[in-house]
Amino acid sequence: MMPIVKEHSPAAEQFLQDAKRARWHDETLWFVRAKRDKAAHSLPGWEALREQASRIKAHTLSRLDDYLVEFETRAQENGVRVHWAVDGEEHNRIVHALLKANGVKAVVKSKSMLTEECGLNHYLRDKGIEVVDTDLGEYIVQLREEQPSHIVLPAIHLKKEEVSATFHQHLHTEKGNNDATYLTRAARKVLRDKFLSADAAITGVNFAVAQTGGIVVCTNEGNADMGVHAAKLHIASMGIEKIIPKASHLGVFLRLLARSATGQPITTYSSHFHRPAPGQQLHVVLVDNGRTRQLAREEFRNSLKCIRCGACFNTCPVYRRSGGHSYHNSVAGPIGSILAPNGDMRANADLPFASTLCGSCTHVCPVKINIHEQLWTWRQILMKEGLAPASKKIGIRLMAGVLSSPALYRMGGKMARWVLHVAPSMAKNRLNPWFKQREMPEAPKESFIEWYQKRGKNGK
Amino acid sequence: MTVGLFVPCYVDQFYPGVAIATLELLERFGCTVGVPLKQTCCGQPMANAGFASSTEGCNRNFIDNFSTYDYIVSPSGSCVLHVKEHLHEGRRHGEAEHIRRHIYEITEFLTDVLGVSDLKASFPHRVGLHVSCHGQRGLHLSSMSERVEPPFSKAESLLRQVKGLEVVHAARPDECCGFGGTFCVTEEAVSARMGTDRLAEHQDNGVEYITGGDMSCLMHLEGLLKRQKSRVKVIHIAEILNAQ
Repeated sequence: MMPIVKEHSPAAEQFLQDAKRARWHDETLWFVRAKRDKAAHSLPGWEALREQASRIKAHTLSRLDDYLVEFETRAQENGVRVHWAVDGEEHNRIVHALLKANGVKAVVKSKSMLTEECGLNHYLRDKGIEVVDTDLGEYIVQLREEQPSHIVLPAIHLKKEEVSATFHQHLHTEKGNNDATYLTRAARKVLRDKFLSADAAITGVNFAVAQTGGIVVCTNEGNADMGVHAAKLHIASMGIEKIIPKASHLGVFLRLLARSATGQPITTYSSHFHRPAPGQQLHVVLVDNGRTRQLAREEFRNSLKCIRCGACFNTCPVYRRSGGHSYHNSVAGPIGSILAPNGDMRANADLPFASTLCGSCTHVCPVKINIHEQLWTWRQILMKEGLAPASKKIGIRLMAGVLSSPALYRMGGKMARWVLHVAPSMAKNRLNPWFKQREMPEAPKESFIEWYQKRGKNGK
Repeated sequence: MTVGLFVPCYVDQFYPGVAIATLELLERFGCTVGVPLKQTCCGQPMANAGFASSTEGCNRNFIDNFSTYDYIVSPSGSCVLHVKEHLHEGRRHGEAEHIRRHIYEITEFLTDVLGVSDLKASFPHRVGLHVSCHGQRGLHLSSMSERVEPPFSKAESLLRQVKGLEVVHAARPDECCGFGGTFCVTEEAVSARMGTDRLAEHQDNGVEYITGGDMSCLMHLEGLLKRQKSRVKVIHIAEILNAQ
């Protein structure tokens, strides 16, 4: 998928121009965060569970190669065909070859952020294959030719009036009927036909169990199951970090996933696939696409623990007020901001700066990824790589020079306060972003240090 | 016990009253306080902007000024956190480590080191408590809403000792105000919106003052309040704890 290359800050400013909608977006996602809090507080041993999940993932990442091979062996023993893709391009080629070999013309696809990352929909469409996203939110954004703005709630940037208009245009529903039940039923009716007529089903993978060779797909709509059960060909695409060692570990992750994502105790459907049904083919495509590179970056390795719950989106005060599209990446939000620069530093150099480093993401994360620290570390790397505008480099060098020298600092401070007194327009103008919506602080006559020196002279 | 008072650069220049209140508090509770005259900045603005590599000069100067004190205390959770996490200087490993281990934010120092239980302060007002992120989540000066943990707050335990003061919480008790260092100008629109939203919750509570442990957050909120021509004022927690 072609992301709209745009910087986060201006895109966020644009998002905020519709103040009413921005407030609604913020409040809706905060509501989800509050539901998550309630769910977390009602489960005894929440923090211990997070710790356990984090350690299982740390262990798995330390032996990722072994567990992937173990998974492949077990899966093959069960009659599953396993493919390896080094990047998104190879993933798309593998999927297309499988579809072509089976004469597939129409595909239903359940939620998979990986296929978004690989741009699979566009790839297959260009080859003349129809792909229908069957998750309701994804279906809506697909009709609108948009990207999901949230990994769990793909159409959270839209209001029901807009969904109504989209459905009216594409599904010929009643104009202006904004009733959610009516609209959902209309989508359901269309999607039922798609399920029944599709030749193949593509799903994502939430967890792949090395010990059993099985995969687990979590949905709330049952759309993965409907697709898989009706089609002769099931292709499951997964990032290589989705592996967990044992089936018993699912007890840790399934309890954390839905509670963190939406505040539910568990997703409505947690579907386990171990072998193809009689007469069916089951293929699993294991995709690297930069994950081994991230694995090798020690300070960012933890980012691969992510189970895509979206809790860091919902808690992030910046995400809630800038919308997912401002992140111009298939995965938005705080986690997207530490994953994206791994793929393309230049295109995503703005994302680690789209944060106040408040740290809420780190503490809400069910697998304890130190997201805000990784944002900080990315900033250091991006600036070392020279991805800062020249004006910023000069400004920082000047600041560093002044602040390293007590004499220059005293003089600079005095001058700044003096300027604010005699020529306030130097600061109080529209070119100063601070002043756009905020007044300048009042400049006192003397600094604390000046006051303190006088106090010393006056015998305390 | 000798205490070096570390005054954040913007507090020194724009909010001397906050530093004076911190100094007086420490002296009142028996500390021998030194104010190194050649202190400047901890280097956080550069580091958070991605230029930690340019903070060597600040680090060296910080060590020169503070390594001889038993404790270093500052009225800023954010600056203290930066020093704790990032003060390193190649050859002066021991001095840097001493500072990192002995630097305290003022409310933390009053509760944990001095064990203050009777402030003898008075501030008869309705006050909204703004919880600054770096103090809260970085230094763990209070429990946080993301975690399942017993509730506590060092700031509030002190404010409860202040005569006449009524503490009021925002509906979202610990959401960021949007200051975020250079974020407040590079992401001006989001920053201002975050601040305005924080303020609205406090204003709904009918507070007279908004207080907190970081003047940077309060400076941002103050800028927004003044533009709104609001009657609500900001005040650093040290100034309240020192109010007689």
